[in-house]
Amino acid sequence: MLSRTASSLYWLGRYVERTDFIARLVEATVRLDVLSPRPAGEAAWASALAVSETDSAFAKTGQSVTQNNVARFLTVDSSHSGSIVRSLDMARNNARAVRTALTKEAWTGINRAWLLFDNRSSPGGAMATLNLVEAVKAETRGFEGAVHRMLRNQATWFIRLGQAIERADNTARLLDVKYHILLPEGERVGGVVDRDQWTTILQTVSAVTAYRWLYSEGLKPANVIDLLIARPELPRSLAASVEEAVDILNLLAKRTGLHGEADRMARNRHMRLAKMASGAVISRGLHQYLQGFIAENDELHRAVGRQFKFT
Amino acid sequence: MRLIVDHRTTYRFTAPQARLIQLLRVNPEDTHDQSVASWNVHVDCDARFRRGRDGFGNSTTMLYVDGPVDSIEITVSGEVLTNPSNGIVHGAHEPLPPALFLRETVLTMADLDMRDFARDVGLGEPLAALHALNGAVHRRFALDHGRPAAGQSAATAFQHPTATPRDLAQMFIAAARSLGIPARYVSGYSPACFGDDASPAPHGWAEAHVIGLGWVAFDSCTGLCADEAYVRVAVALDSAGAAPVAGSRLGEGEEALDVDLHVDRAGQ
Amino acid sequence: MGQAGSTVARPELAALGAWIDETPDAELRRRQQSAEATFRQLGITFAVYGDSDASERIIPFDIVPRVFLADEWARLSAGLVQRVEAINAFLVDIYGERKILDAGVLPPDLIFGNAQFRPEIAGIRPPHDIWAHICGIDLVRTGPDDFFVLEDNARTPSGVSYMLENREAMLRLCPELFRDFRVAAVDSYPDRLLETMKSVAPEGVAAPVCVVLTPGHYNSAYYEHSFLADSMGVELVEAADLVVDDDVVWMRTIAGRVKVDVIYRRIDDDYLDPLVFRPDSMLGVPGLIAAYAAGNVALINAPGNGIADDKAIYSYMPEIVRFYSGGEAKLPNVETWRCREPQALKYVLDNLKDVVVKLVDGSGGYGMLVGPTATKAEIETFRAALIAKPHRYIAQPTLALSTVPTLADAGLAPRHVDFRPFVLTGSKGVQVVPGGLTRVALKEGSLVVNSSQGGGTKDSFVLMDNGAARGQRQSQGQSQALRPELPLHHLPEEANGRPPPAGAE
Repeated sequence: MLSRTASSLYWLGRYVERTDFIARLVEATVRLDVLSPRPAGEAAWASALAVSETDSAFAKTGQSVTQNNVARFLTVDSSHSGSIVRSLDMARNNARAVRTALTKEAWTGINRAWLLFDNRSSPGGAMATLNLVEAVKAETRGFEGAVHRMLRNQATWFIRLGQAIERADNTARLLDVKYHILLPEGERVGGVVDRDQWTTILQTVSAVTAYRWLYSEGLKPANVIDLLIARPELPRSLAASVEEAVDILNLLAKRTGLHGEADRMARNRHMRLAKMASGAVISRGLHQYLQGFIAENDELHRAVGRQFKFT
Repeated sequence: MRLIVDHRTTYRFTAPQARLIQLLRVNPEDTHDQSVASWNVHVDCDARFRRGRDGFGNSTTMLYVDGPVDSIEITVSGEVLTNPSNGIVHGAHEPLPPALFLRETVLTMADLDMRDFARDVGLGEPLAALHALNGAVHRRFALDHGRPAAGQSAATAFQHPTATPRDLAQMFIAAARSLGIPARYVSGYSPACFGDDASPAPHGWAEAHVIGLGWVAFDSCTGLCADEAYVRVAVALDSAGAAPVAGSRLGEGEEALDVDLHVDRAGQ
Repeated sequence: MGQAGSTVARPELAALGAWIDETPDAELRRRQQSAEATFRQLGITFAVYGDSDASERIIPFDIVPRVFLADEWARLSAGLVQRVEAINAFLVDIYGERKILDAGVLPPDLIFGNAQFRPEIAGIRPPHDIWAHICGIDLVRTGPDDFFVLEDNARTPSGVSYMLENREAMLRLCPELFRDFRVAAVDSYPDRLLETMKSVAPEGVAAPVCVVLTPGHYNSAYYEHSFLADSMGVELVEAADLVVDDDVVWMRTIAGRVKVDVIYRRIDDDYLDPLVFRPDSMLGVPGLIAAYAAGNVALINAPGNGIADDKAIYSYMPEIVRFYSGGEAKLPNVETWRCREPQALKYVLDNLKDVVVKLVDGSGGYGMLVGPTATKAEIETFRAALIAKPHRYIAQPTLALSTVPTLADAGLAPRHVDFRPFVLTGSKGVQVVPGGLTRVALKEGSLVVNSSQGGGTKDSFVLMDNGAARGQRQSQGQSQALRPELPLHHLPEEANGRPPPAGAE
């Protein structure tokens, strides 16, 4: 496989995953703010900007932090790299560049998602926004399904490797921004507002039902943290993403004979995470842990690039 | 005459290059009046050479260098024996017909001023017209001792009071073609222009095709036909096509070029 | 449209008329929209330069196929093979011994003064001496048996992806047509192309590695590049994926370098190798020409082919065909006056209002005078230009092109078409794919089929036997307007116009 192709597939995976994540983030925030009997207001949208790391870009627009403004900013605004439309643009550009490595279905999924934003300058009101992000999610799901139906070869694995690494990053950021909600200092935990916030987090990673299955004791912050960090059953947890990266690198090594620092790094990370108890993470400092994780994930990203000669 | 050439070109890069490919046209070949006694091309790093021939019949060397490369020095040196021939070229490899060399290129496009100039001075039979043209170009410009400006066309050069050998040759070529006479650029080595001083660049002059005589070499630096003090290396439609080095590198940064060139008549 | 016409108008095709009659317009339109929606989803788009609003458009698709009868096709094929063989022979000769010039068939300055003759690659012999591996020959029709070559495309002719995708759409949307007609399949094209590529690999390469070289995904024909690579199962590479080392071409893969033997390049000569052609090219591969000259890689098509499909050379094609094949050209040229010849110039100057004048080195409709629609001032401008530099111009009569039924806003209506079949030449011979790209001028009376100017495409059926042998349908005989390939005398006066300017690539 061409190095450029591998690199484009990997980035395609990252951007599709990012698209999906922003869509979920917007969806959860709309629900938290607009559709909730207790609107969370500005704080909810400010936090969505923080999670997607677009707060400073948004500040530059000079707009006020309202549902309309932020929802538009995160969906249809192509002036910054943190919006769905830009993410899709990047995904589609990478997909176009490797058009031959994709099946028609996989390409069509990306292209259809991209066409949703053709000449669209506003996501509309709350319901329209939900419809839009739902449509985006449907297309990214379609893409995901198509990727799983593709030949089990390098093309699939590079896409999935990109997704796994992006997903780990997204979940870590989500937790990092929301950790003060999860672990409020000196406040009574379990109030109504907190419940809404926790639910938002779970919605963003599609884990509301999973939570109920895995924990019988109702919403507790320590459980939410445990679920998102340490439970490999949840596809968007750090544990699952880290494991998936190891698995895919293994498959790639078997097929290409290329085995190197990325494999070692991913395996080490996986072993450490498997041995670790989420309680210990909380007691030692969640924020520090997540910052370290994000940095290490970035290191792995670079090692992948070196190992497969992306540049 | 025995001519001794020592030509060093050094490229320095501000950032290391991952790869370097160069197309060199630096190998003179035997003709009726030119005999290459010894000739060497050398670079100061690990490199792979491949010999070939371009469409004009010039001998070429492809040079492949793996990085990282901070600088590269190419040394071309050797000895060539020549006979006087009144500027007439005999026995060169000529894969293309003279008619091709009527073609204008971006570098050798004659503008209206140049056409007028050529028409005014290039009178009479073709050979007479060429001599007149060569003399007129020679007298019109003072010699520029600097390195030729990259990519400068004949029409641009025509507007300046001074000119490098390359520009003089290209102006002569453009003017000759505007009179309907095939003309081409020659790159090579000669002490005729700068004498014992170091030359800023390999020499360039022109050849024009005269029915009955064949290709005749004119050097507007001297205003004369090229004599035996010239080593012919490559010909093309213009200076770019006959350039001693065409290069491509893979990497960031700028490059700086140094040339150290001496052409000596043996025993002088 | 009188009844008289129907006898001329190819009764073999009654079944197509019947199909058109039986299928309501609304249904045809629905299928057409469905096809276009699929094309958009697949991203079969082309970029319109300087049009920022719609930077990616699909080319309109017309649901009514154009039909070639088996014996028509046999005649066309023979003419195409002869022409492409002559083009190849011409290229071998003109970059080699130049016997055709010695024989006085062509004026030498037409070659040597022509920028399309590339001295840089003169003397290089491509593997197996084949230059024009893929040719697209643009044809127009003016009567039942009157096909003319409008233009040869021997560089990087595009459009073959439309031939294949249009067919796929027709198979999906109008399966009944394939029951009624025995239509020759075109889907073998990618296999044939790959076979052709492998057959011209440098000698001694057992399992040649073939690639398609694209300028990148911003190129207007990128879909086609990726489509072809995909359907042949070869890598689609960009210049940055290739490196030349030791006069050998390699591609950069995740597992290291892989040697490349055959390159179907969709990059123009000018941009192919910055060491030899334009030094500012970012699309090219430095050293590629050295590898090619060393015989280590085959380039498809060969660089330098422009000299064979140039407008100035076109007018000599009948002589060129005669010189190399020893016989008369089976496919005639559109009559062409070379203004470099005094008598021709006089005729053209006397008839400027009736002819089309073209700049020999112009393209895409630039530098063109269409006499019948030109203003007096335009004609006088061209008159002056022709007198000043006659050798730069050719002129042709305006042609009465045939029309075929096409789905227009107000229902089915006749529209002008041209046709580009694709001809492959490998070391084992020449083959014509039974189909091609039919381009249709969608505006009433228009002769411009270019996609950038409102042209569309339709499927081109080549029948394996004349007529619809298997179909039981009878023509209802009512809708003459729908009759395929209306005969010449049915064209309205204003429809007589210039030959459409030819394609983008």
